[in-house]
Amino acid sequence: MAQTTANSSPFEDDAPEPDAPAAPAAQASLDALDSLLDEIDEGIQTNASQFVRSFVQKGGQ
Amino acid sequence: MMFGEVPAPLDVDPARRILGLETEFGLHFDTANSRAVTPEEVAGHLFHSVVEWGRSSNVFLTNGSRLYIDVGAHPEYATAETDSVTQLVAHDKAGERIVHDLVADGERRLAAAGLEGTIYLYKNNTDSAGNSYGCHENYLVRRRADFKSFAAVLLPFLVSRQVVTGAGTITRTPEGAHYSFSPRADHMWEGMSSATTRSRPMINTRDEPHAHADLYRRMHVIVGDSTMAEPTTFLKVGATDLLLRLMEARLPMQDLALANEMQAIRTIAHDLTGTSTVELADGRRMTGADLQEACLTAVREYVGDVIQPSAEVDQILDLWERGIGAVRSQDPSGVETELEWAIKHRLITRYQERLDCSLDDPRLARLEMAYHDVSPTRGLFNRLQADGQVRRIVADAAIEHAKTEPPATTRAALRGRFVSAALASGHDYTVDWVHLKISGSEPKTILLKDPFRNTDERVDELIAALES
Repeated sequence: MAQTTANSSPFEDDAPEPDAPAAPAAQASLDALDSLLDEIDEGIQTNASQFVRSFVQKGGQ
Repeated sequence: MMFGEVPAPLDVDPARRILGLETEFGLHFDTANSRAVTPEEVAGHLFHSVVEWGRSSNVFLTNGSRLYIDVGAHPEYATAETDSVTQLVAHDKAGERIVHDLVADGERRLAAAGLEGTIYLYKNNTDSAGNSYGCHENYLVRRRADFKSFAAVLLPFLVSRQVVTGAGTITRTPEGAHYSFSPRADHMWEGMSSATTRSRPMINTRDEPHAHADLYRRMHVIVGDSTMAEPTTFLKVGATDLLLRLMEARLPMQDLALANEMQAIRTIAHDLTGTSTVELADGRRMTGADLQEACLTAVREYVGDVIQPSAEVDQILDLWERGIGAVRSQDPSGVETELEWAIKHRLITRYQERLDCSLDDPRLARLEMAYHDVSPTRGLFNRLQADGQVRRIVADAAIEHAKTEPPATTRAALRGRFVSAALASGHDYTVDWVHLKISGSEPKTILLKDPFRNTDERVDELIAALES
């Protein structure tokens, strides 16, 4: 007697997950970081060296 | 004269601990004016409004905290006594807002004195010349005779804690720049001492408990970085508190004593790969992550025992574990919205890519300063947080509340009530951590030796005297 053990589509569960679109949350977060950097870029670049050097204070504890 | 009998100390659940943070802020006045202006002069203008209402530049606020100008003209905010880590985070963040609130008036007064410019306050640990200032942690511990050896057990933990709770920084050397875990590490000169500015120990052993001296001591930890990210501060204090609970219960712990703490803290700070090992007193070698994992494992073993399980404990252990994992796997993506060194590293790296410059470029130094700016509109940490790029521990409303209201469950509640009543009455008064005093021809002083006691009939009487 023929055994009928085969599933109709035995490999269905083994099919690879479709590639996740490059971690959308991470990309959104990187976009937000970039837009923040866009906003501050000019201010940061203006006289950066002089601005940094002018912050000198005695040490504390 | 003193009045009223000092009540007996409360019998307190060992899981409760008084916690506090002291933060020294960097003060920077950016001006085109050629006249030299000293940090002391800027601090004087910044604190003018404080002196106006408090008659001193060293005051206690209605929220129980202390605000003053410390050595080196650093504005300093010391939180009130809190008794939970979450509550401490709220009060620490409130301090950033309180000092920021002084800025506009300070700038106006400087302008009136002919000095147009902008005041920046940084919650960081170093200026451009490499001077360092600190963030001190206070943990009230049960007194024991062998305090120094007790404290020594904590040193390997404190030396390696930076791989999870360091603020991260660009370190400049003659050979170029690299990113390190902790800006504070290079400024530590010994493990333990009773001095602070002279020798900069990691733990200060000066015996000033501000509490019943027969019951308590204060573990005064100086080695930590100031941190802006709430989860980082939460982990920094939370993990330390848990480890102290094991030590107070005198549970056996692996001996991790280091051969040379000063060298070890530098080795760990300057190796972002986390692979450099440091030598233990017994000759073994371990990485910073190894040392942290040994501490985490010890703590985990006693959850359900001397450490009662709670949502707060779970949160601490989870972040601690993920922080260690991030260093081991060299993948900070799992903690880059929570741990300060990783949040800042991501920001600096992204900007460096954009500028296509070397790490010692002054524009990156400028970016790092902007990160620590406490201004809610200008500061980059605050903007990242407002953008939802940093996880929160406390709600904004809790921080706003903490700006004016003391923790309800500690001595700070008594101090806060007294300060509010004294200000409303117009009486002269003096306050410190353990005293409340009405000055004048018939001075009245109360000694508050129990930091856990939040109600006291003597204080009720003192306040009634103010109101009469």
